[in-house]
Amino acid sequence: MKFTKITAAALAATLAMPAMAQDTKVIGVSIPAATHGWAGGMNFHAQQAVDRLEEVYPELDFVLATASDPAKQVNDIEDMLATRNISALVVLPFESEPLTSPVKAVADSGAWVTVVDRGLAQPGIEDLYVAGDNPGFGKVSGEYMVSAMPDGGDIVVFRGIPTTIDNERVEGFQEAIEGSGINILAMEHGNWNRDDSFTVMQDFLSKYDKIDAVWASDDDMAIGVLAAIEQSGRDDIQFVLGGAGMKEMVAKVRDGDPMIPADVTYPPSMIATAIEMTAVGLTSTAPVSGTFTIGSVLITPENAADFYYEDSPF
Amino acid sequence: MTATETQTRNVGRGVNLKVLGPILALVVLVIVGAALNGNFLSAANITNVLSRSAFIGIIAVGMTFVITGGGLDLSVGSMAAFIAGLMILVMNAMLPMMGPGWPLVFVGMLTAMVAGTLAGFVNGFLITTMRIEAFIVTLGTMGIYRSLVTWLADGGTLSLDFGMRSVIRPIYFDGILGISWPIIVFALVAITGELVMRRAAFGRHAAAVGSNDQVARYSSVNVNRVRMLTYVFLGILVGVATIMYVPRLGSASPSTGVLWELEAIAAVIIGGTMLKGGFGRVWGTVIGVLILSLIDNILNLTDGVSPYLNGAIQGVIIILAVILQREKKAES
Repeated sequence: MKFTKITAAALAATLAMPAMAQDTKVIGVSIPAATHGWAGGMNFHAQQAVDRLEEVYPELDFVLATASDPAKQVNDIEDMLATRNISALVVLPFESEPLTSPVKAVADSGAWVTVVDRGLAQPGIEDLYVAGDNPGFGKVSGEYMVSAMPDGGDIVVFRGIPTTIDNERVEGFQEAIEGSGINILAMEHGNWNRDDSFTVMQDFLSKYDKIDAVWASDDDMAIGVLAAIEQSGRDDIQFVLGGAGMKEMVAKVRDGDPMIPADVTYPPSMIATAIEMTAVGLTSTAPVSGTFTIGSVLITPENAADFYYEDSPF
Repeated sequence: MTATETQTRNVGRGVNLKVLGPILALVVLVIVGAALNGNFLSAANITNVLSRSAFIGIIAVGMTFVITGGGLDLSVGSMAAFIAGLMILVMNAMLPMMGPGWPLVFVGMLTAMVAGTLAGFVNGFLITTMRIEAFIVTLGTMGIYRSLVTWLADGGTLSLDFGMRSVIRPIYFDGILGISWPIIVFALVAITGELVMRRAAFGRHAAAVGSNDQVARYSSVNVNRVRMLTYVFLGILVGVATIMYVPRLGSASPSTGVLWELEAIAAVIIGGTMLKGGFGRVWGTVIGVLILSLIDNILNLTDGVSPYLNGAIQGVIIILAVILQREKKAES
């Protein structure tokens, strides 16, 4: 008797499943794994957005997958398409080239595609593109440097992992400081990494007797730079400008640390923007296709409180 | 093998190029560095280079024994990151009870040592008792430790409490008579390692096991025990390196210690230890470590080369160092 009941229940559930699947739409979210601070923040904001939206939209289901390399991300997306019958895909490509054709396959299947931050190699695949403004990030940083050093000066520049993102930022920065009397003594790759930047800054301090300021271009790198300056005991460096909006650095800006007078945002929460807009696009008649650029904002002691996220790991 | 070795020594009593190779390379690098930048030989720069070499150096000394014993350990970089994360977590957790001070630092050190010993034991156990290839075991544990630290850090960075950071800082930045602690510890580890390799039974056993484990077994060497000990020894040294590492930036993240395993292995091979095992040279490993970090330092001090090519230059020097040694061997 009991056995029959369970069988019947299971049978009913099995029969009901396809019916339910037709009512709910599944949004797949595929992002790089949390292997550095910014990606950690992005994972946090993605999870938060998914949790929130599942409550707001009972008709939406989310699949969140994190990949530690491009090949794994391709597998994730193929699995989503094959087994979860996704209606939309929100993807932050690990690398542009290898992800282009798998994402195109999703678009060809008729699903909505939102691409975040790093674009695909072929234009026109995505329905919605949400991204930070890399040239703008460099420009805002450069403009701040010019305003903080009106008489010019000698600076050293830290670059990230060699990528187009890094090139766009540096070009934006160089354009902004052109003709201002600010002289770049040297540029070196700190690879968005504390340890590497610590080492490079130690060597810069050996190489140059006077450095007026540092564009660390990233908060992780700024932490390494600060440790090297502190160790050397030198007082010629007036300030270090990081970027991205790590909460420890935002706190330093808020508290008026003279070495960290400002920061420039490149928010990892842009993934949440992308997921929210995709959900809106799937459930309402509001048009959301196109390009959504999230501007880089200068964080100063006045507005720092607005950019401090207590629970985020970044 | 032993015959060739003796021959080489006899032929090259005065000038044994196989032994001198790495030293010559180091001398050339120092001369090039000094010519390119006046500050290269300054006390501050030398201290910086030597201190930052200490992490890889301490690990590489342990790696010398593992490789000499015919093994390999790919997990040391991830292991260091995991131990660093664990050490920070334990210290942060104990802080409310113990308050910032040296007792808490010792708790942190103990955590690192115990975790290192256990991690080395796990690798050694799987390789010797469970008879799984060292390459496979340590490839597996490499992934495990890397994921664990990412998980512990919630994808972000584990940071030591700020008050505690100023207490622990001197371990990396201070020292005796102007020589910083990492340099002193590295030197002690290297000297001990060299003595154990040359004079102690364990060093000879490791070489015997790496050369031919069947023969070693018939010579009543406990092959499994020797292999196991090389991994435990390496694990302990990873713990020591981590104790030196954590005070520097007071943080651990998933990008901590990436590729340390390859740098340590490269240093060991540049120093003249044979990758297939059977012969190890600890002082050579020290030279190898110094060569690798000097290349980095010199490239940062000069503008001549595009930073995109740093990796290529290091690669060329690693390969050259090994070719140099092999040719000398063939001559004899």
